[in-house]
Amino acid sequence: MEAEKVFARALVLGQESVGTQIFSLLLEEKTVAALAKPGQFVSVYCHDRSRLLPRPISICEADPAAGTVRLVYRIAGEGTREFAALKTGDMVEILGPLGNGFPLEEAEGKRAFLIGGGIGIPPLVELAKRLPGKKQIIAGYRDELFLTQELSRRGELFIATEDGSTGTKGNVLDCIRENGLTADIIFACGPTPMLRALKAYAETEKIPCYLSLEQRMACGIGACLACVCHTTEKDEHSQVKNKRICAEGPVFEAGEIVL
Amino acid sequence: MTEKFESDAFTRSSTGAHDAGRTEERNENRKVRTAVEIAGVTLKNPVMTASGTFGSGMEYGQLTDLSALGAVVTKGVANVPWSGNDVPRIAETPSGMMNAIGLQNPGIDTFIRRDLAFLEKADTRVIVNVCGRSIQDYCETAERLSGEKRVDLLEINISCPNVKEGGIAFGQDPKCAMEVTAAVKRVAKVPVILKLSPNVTDIAEMAKAVEAGGADAVSLINTLTGMKIDIHRRTFALANRTGGVSGPAIRPIAVRMVYQAAHAVKIPVIGMGGITCAEDALEFLMAGASAVAVGTAHFRDPFASVKTARGIAAFMEEEGIEDIRELIGCVD
Repeated sequence: MEAEKVFARALVLGQESVGTQIFSLLLEEKTVAALAKPGQFVSVYCHDRSRLLPRPISICEADPAAGTVRLVYRIAGEGTREFAALKTGDMVEILGPLGNGFPLEEAEGKRAFLIGGGIGIPPLVELAKRLPGKKQIIAGYRDELFLTQELSRRGELFIATEDGSTGTKGNVLDCIRENGLTADIIFACGPTPMLRALKAYAETEKIPCYLSLEQRMACGIGACLACVCHTTEKDEHSQVKNKRICAEGPVFEAGEIVL
Repeated sequence: MTEKFESDAFTRSSTGAHDAGRTEERNENRKVRTAVEIAGVTLKNPVMTASGTFGSGMEYGQLTDLSALGAVVTKGVANVPWSGNDVPRIAETPSGMMNAIGLQNPGIDTFIRRDLAFLEKADTRVIVNVCGRSIQDYCETAERLSGEKRVDLLEINISCPNVKEGGIAFGQDPKCAMEVTAAVKRVAKVPVILKLSPNVTDIAEMAKAVEAGGADAVSLINTLTGMKIDIHRRTFALANRTGGVSGPAIRPIAVRMVYQAAHAVKIPVIGMGGITCAEDALEFLMAGASAVAVGTAHFRDPFASVKTARGIAAFMEEEGIEDIRELIGCVD
């Protein structure tokens, strides 16, 4: 069952740069804040109408009491460049929360890995806040770190950097091996090569693994069939081996998808 | 709870939605007549959804009021499930987008059981878009759908540019277009709309061909074939290499073709291509379209079609136009 969602004008409470080309946008939108679950995303719309597709951005933090939603994103093109210019007091149209989110209940009584790569790291913050039990967070960066304070406050944080400037030199799996880490379940978000490696790792270790996928989207709500992924079994909705990342996902059990 | 959130969603949404809300209040006492007729089927207003952009209305129906629309036009359905193309299936283009979904659809059995059952409750006309790889495919699906009482009209897609033999083979040759029209007309028990491709030299010739084949109406334009290169990856932006361009960027081409088609045939013309609001829709109506469809604009604003319908009524009231038929084809 899809979550409830709203199309709303959100008030910009503030924005700051948290890294090179990486921005943290704080929005006031009470309904989205109240409904949001870790791993869900919002569609953010450009003011410039010549850019008509919304940009799907994962929810980094949602505070139902304050009615706020925090988005952390990287400038990837003209649309996100427009968002980076938003100032306190501006309004921005959003649709959300969208997608399924991470299945927190699966982690009950288990030791969890929360694994993020690059701009896949932000959703781990809210996930770490709400996930019960023991959790180890493994964050993979190219070189520059971001969100490390938020993460280390909510779990044991291990860092991998491609250039070795902080933590393990290499990727998140190198970091897991170097530190001799083990877990009973994996939640991950990041680039496809990382997810593919984690899927293989989870199969070897025989532990459940939930991966958050990314794809170009148009409607964001399951109507247009732009953002599908391949599945191992025939999907009930599509009647073919395709699932909608925006609707059935973005989080999938690794075994049900083909990467 | 769902209903509460839906109404919240509407009142909380953009200034545009607030405007639409005010328009609705104004229209409560309105005397304007917005109903149009397509092949004997009356639509409460001329605004439909364009096939492929709106699913079967289930998803958008959670946010917006389907009963405010003249008709819901479903995504294309075939006799069997289709997997569609590889991803990436879409890319943004200036004031538009390109898609190459490849007509992914769950097949007629699931469509009837799930999508049509959902539309049973919707207070709007239902137009089912039909796709196929052969004349036989089109006929099989059209015949099955004709037996469903919820189906008001069929729209035959002979113009999808994104799949081999997915229609475009029929849609670019007048003789083939006439043949598929005649074959579908033999089995269909509801009126049949033929959806035309703009990727032809002479749109009037295509419109005349399907009229000669017995079409009850034509709809146009489908998307224009385009290509986008990702210069950083040095490859095509879409897995399918080419895709159909839609959105405001193509609107002037669509208005021109609708005008040409409307002057070439006697059957009603349904106009579409880049409509985002009432002003855009009115261009098509004045150029000769009896109805219009809003498509890609839903991706920028989920309320685009509903706002367009309300905006047309508001325009009529402001301009003192009592019947929308006064506007259809008024620019000659």
